Amino acid sequence: MTTETIQLLTPDGERVDHPKYPLDDVDIKGMYRDMVLVRRIDTEAIALQRQGQLGLWASLLGQEAAQIGSARALSAKDMAFPSYREHGVAWCRGLDPIRVIELFRGVNQGSWDPEEHKFHLYTVVIGDQTLHATGYAMGIKHDGVEDEAVIAYFGDGATSQGDVSEAFSWASVFNVPVVFFCQNNQFAISAPPERQSRVPLYQRASGFGFPGVRVDGNDVLACYAVTRQALRAAREGQGPTLIEAFTYRMGAHTTTDDPTRYRAATEVEAWRLRDPIERVRSYLTRTGQADAAFFEQLETEADALAVRLRAACVALPDPPPLSVFDHVYADSTAILDAERAQYAAYLEGFDEEVAR
Amino acid sequence: MTKITLSRALNEGMRRALEADPKVMIMGEDVGKLGGVFRVTDGLQKDFGEHRVMDTPLAEAGIVGTAIGLALRGYRPVCEIQFDGFVFPATDQIVSQLAKMRYRSRGLVSLPVVIRIPFGGGIGAVEHHSESPEIFFAHTAGLRVVACADPADAFAMIRLAIACNDPVIFFEPKRRYWDKAEVDTSAPLDAGLPLDQARIVLPGSDVTLLSYGPLIRTCVEAALAAHEDGRSIEVIDLRSLSPLDVATVTESVTRTGRCVVAHEAPVYAGLGAEIAARVTEQCFYHLEAPVLRVGGFAIPYPAAKAEEHYLPDLDRILDAVDRTFAF
Repeated sequence: MTTETIQLLTPDGERVDHPKYPLDDVDIKGMYRDMVLVRRIDTEAIALQRQGQLGLWASLLGQEAAQIGSARALSAKDMAFPSYREHGVAWCRGLDPIRVIELFRGVNQGSWDPEEHKFHLYTVVIGDQTLHATGYAMGIKHDGVEDEAVIAYFGDGATSQGDVSEAFSWASVFNVPVVFFCQNNQFAISAPPERQSRVPLYQRASGFGFPGVRVDGNDVLACYAVTRQALRAAREGQGPTLIEAFTYRMGAHTTTDDPTRYRAATEVEAWRLRDPIERVRSYLTRTGQADAAFFEQLETEADALAVRLRAACVALPDPPPLSVFDHVYADSTAILDAERAQYAAYLEGFDEEVAR
Repeated sequence: MTKITLSRALNEGMRRALEADPKVMIMGEDVGKLGGVFRVTDGLQKDFGEHRVMDTPLAEAGIVGTAIGLALRGYRPVCEIQFDGFVFPATDQIVSQLAKMRYRSRGLVSLPVVIRIPFGGGIGAVEHHSESPEIFFAHTAGLRVVACADPADAFAMIRLAIACNDPVIFFEPKRRYWDKAEVDTSAPLDAGLPLDQARIVLPGSDVTLLSYGPLIRTCVEAALAAHEDGRSIEVIDLRSLSPLDVATVTESVTRTGRCVVAHEAPVYAGLGAEIAARVTEQCFYHLEAPVLRVGGFAIPYPAAKAEEHYLPDLDRILDAVDRTFAF
């Protein structure tokens, strides 16, 4: 099998056509804006973590095109199931980035309404969400609905998980409208894709009986076009597609990681030349679609967003102590009531000591 | 009232649920054409169609993981795990996803999923077909863990479990599947006890005997035998293992002053340990003896020809009862 990578915009910002993925009217300036803004969110979040304001951050640096391109291909009704790095997808689903910041600050565990944004909660256990996405797609099929599809995000490491293989099996057997979007960012923390698979990841789809395609994950147009086509096929009843977005995690796995221990700086530099944002900037500049004022205005907007997020983040209150007992079950239980009452009395004991 | 088996009672309960709510779905390995290896879902696919009673691929994590997705879409999946020992491939989805989703989402997401698991030994089965894994799930906050013991309660409890907005791990006593009793299959959903309440099966005054699932019948037989010796045993079916109905237990032990807990699962770090601790904390001045536990040993489930030595039977339960009077 040959390894073809779909590309519509070269690293130098040259627009190239692909017969299978014609691209007519596309809001490339909007895509550029999204990518710049989510990178700014990412930069600010890393800074907040370094200053002790966040417990952790999982950077999306380098994966902006994969996320913005694929998420912009979703219709308002399509449902997305993220892992824990999909801040760009969250952005495209209209989720205020502060909701993601809350999770990494530790004031909650990601408590947005999945149906409101058609964006499920982050999933930290690797690959679990691919089965949820498949089940959700089974529900769409059972509903007899033909204008909705599901996209499941996961990484190269997740392809080794049994749950992901099971999701591929189920999605194929039941022929449900789901797109498996694998961001191969070349690292499962420190392990390269060669430790996960002997074959290119997208080729694994053929064994499950559905198409797989590799796309330049740093090319926002290609990610958009390929995902749009896969979603369309899903909605039309053609079943799942596996998309491998071949990209590179430019940052650390998370803010706790030290990638210098397992990868060469030269490799990172080589990928920097394939930056997903720079190539669009080149293209917009060369084709005269954007001028200096556009870029300056966007920088101002990005900075303002960062300022807002920083202020909102540091103002986030810790959860009230007794709220930890809420929402374990639909209704509280006698055991929980007793524990809550006992802990409340214990806390009140300190107040009395202070009063004395 | 009709006299039916426990297996049939569960079948009738699921049938009512399927009739009452179009969002209810049955899914699992061999639950369709075959009607399940224990025939608990017999005839349901024929009557409700393949889209509502679904034979799945042979993958337990897939069953629970896709059930979560279906529940997110608004369905109420009732999953069958074929045997107790086969639930472990699904444990990650149950513990990390199913149990926690409501909590993580601060109440925004409900996952009304029922996971039915035939459990316990005594049927001479090969490995992995006789286990009692309930404590793994009882230890996981966010799950409701229940066990039915007789046909009438099986009918009531499976309907309550399906109507419940929390995930329910529903344990079925497989060696009692063929027990027969009168069941009112026209009873309304709320006719009996709520899902999370224990039930006094047999009132008594000398000792409280607590159990659930397959051992309830054994406990009742033990109480009847003890009655001949002039000893009055109160048998309580816990029904809900998590959350536990502590009030019913402590009310009884406060009256009797003695408490024995019996389960097939290993005694070590089992449900009996939790009960012993709570009874000691709450009934300390009423206790005439320490809470005693009788159950499986701290060993893997043994080979079928040795299981009679592992499973608590009438005599071992009465031996424990006798010992509480020796203090």
